[in-house]
Amino acid sequence: MSATTATATQFKRAAAAKAADLHHRGVIQKAISTYDAAVARGKTRFADWENARAHAAAIKWETINHLDRYLEQFERNVLANGGHVFWAETAEDARQHVLALARRHGVQKVVKSKSMTTEEIHLNDALETAGIKTIETDLGEYICQMRGEPPYHIVTPVMHLTKADIAQTFYEKLGTPLTDNAEELTMIARARLRHEFMAADMGITGANFAIADTGMVALTENEGNARLSFSLPRIHVAIAGIEKLIPRVEDLALFWPVLSTSGTGQALTAYSSLIGGPRQPGEADGPQEFHVILLDNGRTRLLADAEQRDALHCIRCGACLNACPIYKNVGGYTYATTYQGPIGSVITPHLRDAHDWSHLSYASSLCGACTEACPVRIDLHHHLLHNRRNSVRRRFDQPIQRLVFQAWLWAMQSPTRFAVAGKFARFAIRLGWANSLAKPWTDGRELPEPPDQSFHEWWGEHG
Amino acid sequence: MRVALFIPCFVDQLFPNAAIAMVTVLRRLNVDVDYPTEQTCCGQPAFNTGYWDEARTLAKRHCEIFADADAIVSPSGSCTAMVRNFYPELLGGGGARTELGRSVPACVNKTYEFAEFLVKKLGVTDVGAKFPARVTYHDACHALRELRLKDEPRQLLRNVQGLELVEMDQAETCCGFGGTFSVKFPMISYAMDDVKVTSIKKTGAQYVVSGDSSCLMQIDGYLRRQNLPIKTISLAEVLASQ
Repeated sequence: MSATTATATQFKRAAAAKAADLHHRGVIQKAISTYDAAVARGKTRFADWENARAHAAAIKWETINHLDRYLEQFERNVLANGGHVFWAETAEDARQHVLALARRHGVQKVVKSKSMTTEEIHLNDALETAGIKTIETDLGEYICQMRGEPPYHIVTPVMHLTKADIAQTFYEKLGTPLTDNAEELTMIARARLRHEFMAADMGITGANFAIADTGMVALTENEGNARLSFSLPRIHVAIAGIEKLIPRVEDLALFWPVLSTSGTGQALTAYSSLIGGPRQPGEADGPQEFHVILLDNGRTRLLADAEQRDALHCIRCGACLNACPIYKNVGGYTYATTYQGPIGSVITPHLRDAHDWSHLSYASSLCGACTEACPVRIDLHHHLLHNRRNSVRRRFDQPIQRLVFQAWLWAMQSPTRFAVAGKFARFAIRLGWANSLAKPWTDGRELPEPPDQSFHEWWGEHG
Repeated sequence: MRVALFIPCFVDQLFPNAAIAMVTVLRRLNVDVDYPTEQTCCGQPAFNTGYWDEARTLAKRHCEIFADADAIVSPSGSCTAMVRNFYPELLGGGGARTELGRSVPACVNKTYEFAEFLVKKLGVTDVGAKFPARVTYHDACHALRELRLKDEPRQLLRNVQGLELVEMDQAETCCGFGGTFSVKFPMISYAMDDVKVTSIKKTGAQYVVSGDSSCLMQIDGYLRRQNLPIKTISLAEVLASQ
């Protein structure tokens, strides 16, 4: 890891602050333990959860390894349904396309349902800069937007806030009376959002799944806001990363429950929608135009890497974040990435600059809890090892570290040199020198009492 | 059966009692043990830091040293996992872990973690030990998730005379060591240590037991700095006690 990148310095500073913040730890531990209990219950609804994971992984493997074919099939079917497809190679392409659509249709107000892909391309800023009022309608995202903060977690945007924090935000930003009654807060948001839905010209959503054989977009949510976002405004734009493809509509029978179980512990989310195109003749509602933006933005670089392309299996359930002891201690903002936690550490160096984000792959104890949690069996901690190896290959490592490992290798190639180095280390501990050598490990810990004999020496006498 | 001892470098130098205890237990079970004295390190520190070329040099060396062993036993889930789960990829020159298995060196699939060897290979769950104390077991991540060892150490502990096993709520949560991780990201590592120790304290245990001495070093270092009376001890030492 190169400590010289500004991103690495920022990460370390933020991580140190959050790791020492016991209030933060308490809030996150409480939120995630509630989640853990729900997910554990949820998994028991499956006849065989491990089999479901294996099956989901196999379908994703097939899709990602033939993504060209599935994407073209999806496009053909969207067009056949009367929709439009735009292939966005970069975030800028995607933003410009949305802005062009908005201009062409005289859009003044946009309602959005929760979408990490739109976070990734910083769509809200682009719309607001162009003078288009943009309103997040997912309650968590609505709160984030009021606070001017990005989502803290890919599924649970305000996991780090207590009810009191949210009440304070409503009080400050909306001028509503201070109440930490969750139902009252929800009703305040609901009343305000209803007006926005009615007045919006364009609805923007993400896509939990893009279905190749029907050209449909599947959305998963709990508040009904996504349903209003895509059905009330004149124009619906769905923005999907190209990895969101699944081959067949019947695959949802597996993926919907797998996603909701891993995401929140629910058997299914409260609302599951399939969008098959714009309003058809004789239909009473639905948008006049339906646009899908298929976003690359670095994904094809990951796709080209046969060793790591299974990271594109991700269905953005957030389970790896909740399982990660690093995430639980440093929280979502420390990563400074769109996608936090283990999956973010795996994919960000591929999607963005490999050097700038290489530190994330080192910010893991490689405990493997993420891999165990992943419902599509992405070998997450193994990919962190690949990223580390790639960083060293590309010489992002610090020269001093490289030297240390070369010296270490020289010592370890000879049992005599190893024994001498070991003896010196034990001697150094006994004399207290090692406290500075082993810093910062020793800043808050005692080194072990060094034994008089190594096992090797003991064996010489007792073997 | 003749068994070769694979003693990780830091166990050799800092925690020889864990290795000695393993020898004691194996000999008690009439297992013939041998210690190939050329061994040093399996290469894991370099591998985990991204220095795969350096790690590969040591992996090849390790496999040559253990080439003729019938079975290889190690008092570490982490180093066992390095050999068994990561050597195939490291020595096979790439490819996903799942695609390998061909042409791996002989030592790879003959390497066992100590508790695993006792329970799965020897079929022994009662080694005739006595350790009258209240203990809690820390699942080392690699033993738990790379080698899938959850019940084996507990089966062994349940048969220790006088021992009371109390589970902590965060048994499967990482202690925060992670090798160079604990030095590169010290504040995160301390927070993880603190979560672990808080969970240990709640059990009222006198001892924290684990199969991996590196985790115990991390936990013990923090316990001692906090002046807490809880001790750490390797599973092998508990099983050697009589």
